[in-house]
Amino acid sequence: MEWETVIGLEIHVQLRTQSKIFSGSSIAFGAAPNIQASAVDLGLPGVLPVVNQAVYPKAIAFGLGIGADISLVSAFDRKNYFYPDLPKGYQITQMDKPIVLGGSVEIPLDDGSVKTIQITRAHLEEDAGKSLHEEFIDSTGIDLNRAGTPLLEIVSEPDMRSAKEVVSYARYIHQLVTYLGVSDGNMAEGSLRCDANVSLRPVGSSELGTRTETKNVNSFRFLERAINFEVVRQKEVLESGGRVEQETRLYDPDRDETRPMRSKETAMDYRYFPEPDLLPIVIDEAFIAEVKKNMPELPREKAERFQSDYELSNVDAKVLASEPMLADYFETVAATCSDPKLAANWVRVELLGRLNKDSIETSDIPVSSEQFGLLLLRINDQTISGKIAKDVLDALWKTEADSVDDYIDANNLKQVSDSGALEPLIDKIIADNPKQVEQYREGKTKVLGFFVGQVMKETSGKANPKQVNELVRKKLS
Amino acid sequence: MQYDSIAQQLDNLIRGTYSSVELTRHYLDRIKQHAQLNCYISVLEESALEAAQQADQARAAGNAGPLTGVPIAHKDIFCTQGVKTTAGSQMLYNYDAPFDATVVSRLATAGAVTIGKTNMDEFAMGSSNETSYYGAVLNPWDTTRVPGGSSGGSAAAVAAGLCSAATGTDTGGSIRQPAAHCGITGIKPTYGRISRWGMIAFASSLDQAGPMTRTAEDAALLLGVMAGEDPLDSTCLAADVPNYVESLNKPLDGLKIGICEDFFAEGLEAGSEQVIRESLRVFEDLGATISSVRLPHIEYSIPAYYVIAPAEASANLSRYDGVRFGYRCKEPTDLADLFKRSRSEGFGDEVKRRIMVGAFTLSTGYYDAYYRQAQQIRRLIKDDFQAAFAEVDILLGPTAPQPAFSLGEKTGDQVAMYLQDIYTIAGNLAGLPAMSIPAGFSSDLPVGLQLIGNYLDEASILAAAHQFQQRTDWHQRVPASMAAEN
Amino acid sequence: MKITDKVVKNIAELTQLRFTEDELAEIGASMTETLELVEQMQQVDTAGVEPMSNPLDATQPLRPDVVTEGDNRAIYQRIAPETQDGLYLVPKVIE
Repeated sequence: MEWETVIGLEIHVQLRTQSKIFSGSSIAFGAAPNIQASAVDLGLPGVLPVVNQAVYPKAIAFGLGIGADISLVSAFDRKNYFYPDLPKGYQITQMDKPIVLGGSVEIPLDDGSVKTIQITRAHLEEDAGKSLHEEFIDSTGIDLNRAGTPLLEIVSEPDMRSAKEVVSYARYIHQLVTYLGVSDGNMAEGSLRCDANVSLRPVGSSELGTRTETKNVNSFRFLERAINFEVVRQKEVLESGGRVEQETRLYDPDRDETRPMRSKETAMDYRYFPEPDLLPIVIDEAFIAEVKKNMPELPREKAERFQSDYELSNVDAKVLASEPMLADYFETVAATCSDPKLAANWVRVELLGRLNKDSIETSDIPVSSEQFGLLLLRINDQTISGKIAKDVLDALWKTEADSVDDYIDANNLKQVSDSGALEPLIDKIIADNPKQVEQYREGKTKVLGFFVGQVMKETSGKANPKQVNELVRKKLS
Repeated sequence: MQYDSIAQQLDNLIRGTYSSVELTRHYLDRIKQHAQLNCYISVLEESALEAAQQADQARAAGNAGPLTGVPIAHKDIFCTQGVKTTAGSQMLYNYDAPFDATVVSRLATAGAVTIGKTNMDEFAMGSSNETSYYGAVLNPWDTTRVPGGSSGGSAAAVAAGLCSAATGTDTGGSIRQPAAHCGITGIKPTYGRISRWGMIAFASSLDQAGPMTRTAEDAALLLGVMAGEDPLDSTCLAADVPNYVESLNKPLDGLKIGICEDFFAEGLEAGSEQVIRESLRVFEDLGATISSVRLPHIEYSIPAYYVIAPAEASANLSRYDGVRFGYRCKEPTDLADLFKRSRSEGFGDEVKRRIMVGAFTLSTGYYDAYYRQAQQIRRLIKDDFQAAFAEVDILLGPTAPQPAFSLGEKTGDQVAMYLQDIYTIAGNLAGLPAMSIPAGFSSDLPVGLQLIGNYLDEASILAAAHQFQQRTDWHQRVPASMAAEN
Repeated sequence: MKITDKVVKNIAELTQLRFTEDELAEIGASMTETLELVEQMQQVDTAGVEPMSNPLDATQPLRPDVVTEGDNRAIYQRIAPETQDGLYLVPKVIE
């Protein structure tokens, strides 16, 4: 049977604030255990939460960024469960009235197209602490520094069909929240963590299969692996006539597998109810407008501008605008070479291809956008050919060079456009290949390419192909 | 001097009739003498005398605040820094709170001397003070009887002359009902008037602190100090706190008093009913007019309350897990054992019952029928009161269905115990200010009169109570065994 | 509504309480009694009534985003049952 994979993602994004969502503790990463855990964070008897005013503009900015509805009245609820790193025995979250409802993003796929992923909701909540299982032999250590760190949980619809799509989506969200200043996006510090809901169903079926939730994956690579593992596992279960258990699983990167979480085995009933220690939060349109005013240009707005200002195709514009860093990179390249279309083509094909192949993040592109632009300028001013340009780009990519012009000079790559130098060479090649000359004259004009190729070969690709083309044609006619 | 009102004590302190140290020592002696009443869980002899000495010095230096040198007791539900704070539970038998409740710090800043922490029903869940891990409190009027609850220790301590006044908390009547049973004055202000920071939570949307005193005037004085905005409590109101003492004598002429006849239905003990009806004449003499009002949903108060309060409590009490503070079971075998045994050993039966009921009403499939329905009824009750307050200024009625009952009389009958709060609960559900004042006796036991005001209008019920007390002496009556002393 | 042992066990698990077999029956009976007491609530027609989770129809005040808390670990851990190296200890959890 053919199976279709259905994946929805819950992304927990830590918000870039100074203090926690309900207390005045610092959220700085890496502090000694429990020194950033106040009475409120510890859930001591008699403490009460008070909402940090900084979390709302951030959640709203995200909502505007995905074209969602912003709730004018939102409220917090209690989600009840016991865990040693959940100090109060409940998590304060937003169940019934989340701040952000709906919205969507358009993510670039490997085949160059874009796909729309619907977002169900995004809500504010507090992070839990950390359980350290490796520190002691018979005990688990609890560090509550992270307890109360503000989170935005972004819940997608089950719109994704492969691990790759999920990673594209997660990357998109990562870029967006970083770009909007919602989060520092530091994955290594756990600023963005994913729970993947994976299920399979027979192709053509519209019903959803039983899903598993793989929790707390904090790298894109692990996310892809965890989902791929889950897909294979579920397929094996289903094909051997078994049933997928609805359960929470953990991804173990060391063994590259997911396994059921033992500690959360018992069926959960979270008993949500309105948090009585907090009142509803009411905002008005003016508040939203103020947030909007302070926001940078959004991907969807960028894509529209790219189409109108640079005359890019819809898909080019959406792909390039999808990631703010990529968009900025593209715009610098376009400005440097004064040829947005060429820039769009090279950034999409050459740059994204290399990033993809080498698994490099947009933040870590080894070639500066200025040098990339200069490279394209050198194509347009006919200093080098497109083919040579790719070689130059490879050299820059491997950081064998850091200046386009220096590298061209040092390796003598300037294309030969001097007809005085090219003509004797062309004459010689024509003389050496009478058979091909005859074919050409009989009307097989395709042979022209053979001559041009020979010239390029003799000049190590440095000849200006356009000029060679013209010269060969003239001499053969 | 133990039965002087705070107003009188302040006068004596100012005139130098006695010092705060003398007054404090006097109460400390009396607490020892009457230890069998079991009013206190902790007596802070050393720190109280120290604070009294400082109070005397401050007064001598001309730096006296509104309560300087007045010894007060805190219900053991208020966190007091460095002092054991138990909430009447074994769960917190060793809990030295690391910070002060806002109520505690405000009263201390006003100069009050903290003399001790009073006994209470465990986590304020009870109407007789019999659920305390630290033993029952005896009613000073009749030591075979309960003082009421959950602020039973505070009420008995004030009634027995073991402090000048005490703090209490009221979730379903826990200030008013024990005040009634012990013949003292107690006010639960508007929900949100007093910060809940540092007040150990029972049911967050119902809990409210308040003073328990000998007179309405003292209540006005203490409330003025305790009330007001607190950035640490989101539900604490930003509204201005009026000078309650100044408005005590605002004439009652033309005051419109509403009587809810549902409060006089079957179940109200005859002697108590007579006391309440007679007290109405005093108000008429003072110029008030009395009319009947209807509160159509009032009969659903008990059901709504016994869903909402346990539901909130079930979550509020989840933090007691033996990990960060409080009781931890011996040698847990694994995590589940740590949680389950610490909680099962640390909590008493009534607390466990309410956690169980509360969690049930929130569980999948029952939320709408129980919790949501209760919250909707709560709004209907609020709307009933708002309709009534469109016609009258304050409401009057009994505080409790009968005077103090015998120890053990209702411990086996959960529902009978729950019905003790039948007249007080609506005030918590609606969040209205309400108080109880002594209005007479039935079978030699004090009977409380309840006054309910509109939102933020504590001033009207305090003024009515004060002027009632100017015309009557019920509030000055003291238990015979106590009166025999100096 | 009658609360069965099964329901009691389930709720006990959710609330992390442990009861002996004798206590199970007792707590079930007590829960049943409370639920019977609140049962009359079901007579009320509440269609269209907005649930009231708080007596005040007030809205949430917000706190400035400022770090106001310092390191009080020593104070807070003085009242903790078991700590080591600044961590709270619980029996080993196997995930």
